Amino acid sequence: MANKVVYAVYEDPEVLKSAARKLVTAGVKVRDVFSPFPIHGIDPIIGVKRTRLGIAAFMYGITGTSLALLGFWYFMIHDWPMNIGGKPNMTLYQNLPAFVPVMFEFTVFCAAHGMAITYLIRNKTLPGMPGRNPDPRTTDDKFIIEVRTEDNAQGSDAIVEMLRGTEALEINERQY
Amino acid sequence: MNFTFSKRARSISMALMVIGAVAAVIGILGDHSDHHQHTWASLFVNGFFFFGIATGTLFFYALQNATETAWSVMVKRIYEGLMSFLPIAAVVLVICFLAGSFGLHHIWHWMDPRVTDPNNLEHYDELIANKSAYLNLPFFWVRTLAYLGCFVFGAWWFRKQSLEMDQLTGDTLVKRHLLTYRRSALFLVFFAVFSSILSWDWIMSIDTHWFSTLFGWYVFAGMWVSAMVSAVVLVLYLRRKGYLPQLSNSHVHDMGKWVFAISFLWSYLWFSQFMLIWYANIPEEVTWHQTRIDEHPWLLWGMFFTNFAVPMVLLMSRDAKRNPRFLMFVGTVIFIGHWLDAVQIVMPGAVGHDFHGVGLLEIGWFLFFLGFLIHRTLTTLTKAPLTPVHHPFLEESIHHQI
Repeated sequence: MANKVVYAVYEDPEVLKSAARKLVTAGVKVRDVFSPFPIHGIDPIIGVKRTRLGIAAFMYGITGTSLALLGFWYFMIHDWPMNIGGKPNMTLYQNLPAFVPVMFEFTVFCAAHGMAITYLIRNKTLPGMPGRNPDPRTTDDKFIIEVRTEDNAQGSDAIVEMLRGTEALEINERQY
Repeated sequence: MNFTFSKRARSISMALMVIGAVAAVIGILGDHSDHHQHTWASLFVNGFFFFGIATGTLFFYALQNATETAWSVMVKRIYEGLMSFLPIAAVVLVICFLAGSFGLHHIWHWMDPRVTDPNNLEHYDELIANKSAYLNLPFFWVRTLAYLGCFVFGAWWFRKQSLEMDQLTGDTLVKRHLLTYRRSALFLVFFAVFSSILSWDWIMSIDTHWFSTLFGWYVFAGMWVSAMVSAVVLVLYLRRKGYLPQLSNSHVHDMGKWVFAISFLWSYLWFSQFMLIWYANIPEEVTWHQTRIDEHPWLLWGMFFTNFAVPMVLLMSRDAKRNPRFLMFVGTVIFIGHWLDAVQIVMPGAVGHDFHGVGLLEIGWFLFFLGFLIHRTLTTLTKAPLTPVHHPFLEESIHHQI
């Protein structure tokens, strides 16, 4: 039997939220939700796991700090000790305050860029990547719930029947 | 639901005041510094620290009004409770300034008329005399009374509006909300100027020869963190006692974020001030940090570590800010850290070589004022419903979720 995907289109994020809640309570697994903007509070309803982007950002951040520190040690202390304004120039720790601003900036730089690029790759939304939303109207004013038969024991008919009970604008079935 | 000041909390706050007063009296008896300078300075440090908590809260409260922030409506009574300590702290500060003006101590030695008298060969100080257009007693008092008057009036007015809004509904409620919104914005304009200048007048002028343009923000950031920490610890206490049933972890999370964020603001400003002075290495500028690094390294680096590294490492993760016990523990540590910051700002300049680190006097006054703050705040909380009855944003605040 071919797998089917069901898309239910809504006009309002709150209506979508209550529909999703109804489906989940009935034991249906919602694969995804498409929306022009983030819908507040949808994640726990459809069981999206908490993002690990914060952990990634922290890793990028410390990488930046360490790289900056290593760079300073090599450029300013080890390879070519520089005496700027009579500051102590033979040890890293005595000169540390002068390096802190750039270390800070480089930490922010690495954390911010790393986080943004990771986000785009993870969402498959790097510039030039094809859009994955099932319906272009979700970039404008419509909200869509996606349910797949492969995730659920119920057949597509039962799922469509359940979606009819919500205030869906239209319900589309597709094979893939 | 109204808060009842439990017998236990009442006796603990009273006990803190009594223990503190006894310790302070023992400290005063053992104080052999000139003019009892040490006693006065430790009174001023603690008066100022607790003034900072009340003022920082007042600032944050006005900020929430002016930005029309919804989530904090749930906890606004807690801020009002902390604000109610402001008049008491103001009286303590005025006592210190009065004593200084009448020559009972020399914490602010520019107040001594001999210093600016060119005929007094022994005491004349040209650098201070050159600053006397700004640092003179009449002008100092005009400024001090302006700050204190503005803050005390502001705290009183905001509280009054908040209580009256409980009785209003519909259009009149919205109108009153917009009035506090506009007045808060106006208050912030005054606060921006006053918070900066008051730290020059009251604290920077202790080390009269020394100056730093960043000093005002640095002191203000310290006041702000202390306020954020006090508020979150108080809220967690109330929740543990079963009050604030509608308070969710999201509110606590947001209050924890403020502690985290403002700790960074403080560290950033402290370091900016330190680094520029360290780098330029101009003799008249380095004295302030030099004294502290040479004579009180543990106090200085200890408080910097506590106020910077502790919140950074321990409060970074979301789970830490949502764990009440953990947040309360870290909050208490930072609270003490910022008290140590206040001590090291004032003491080395005010007492000089008679100051040998935190002793009975400092701790005594600290406990006394801590008990006083707790007593006053909890008493204020009993006087009105803990959650505002009517507010345009109340519904949104109840459903706050992050």
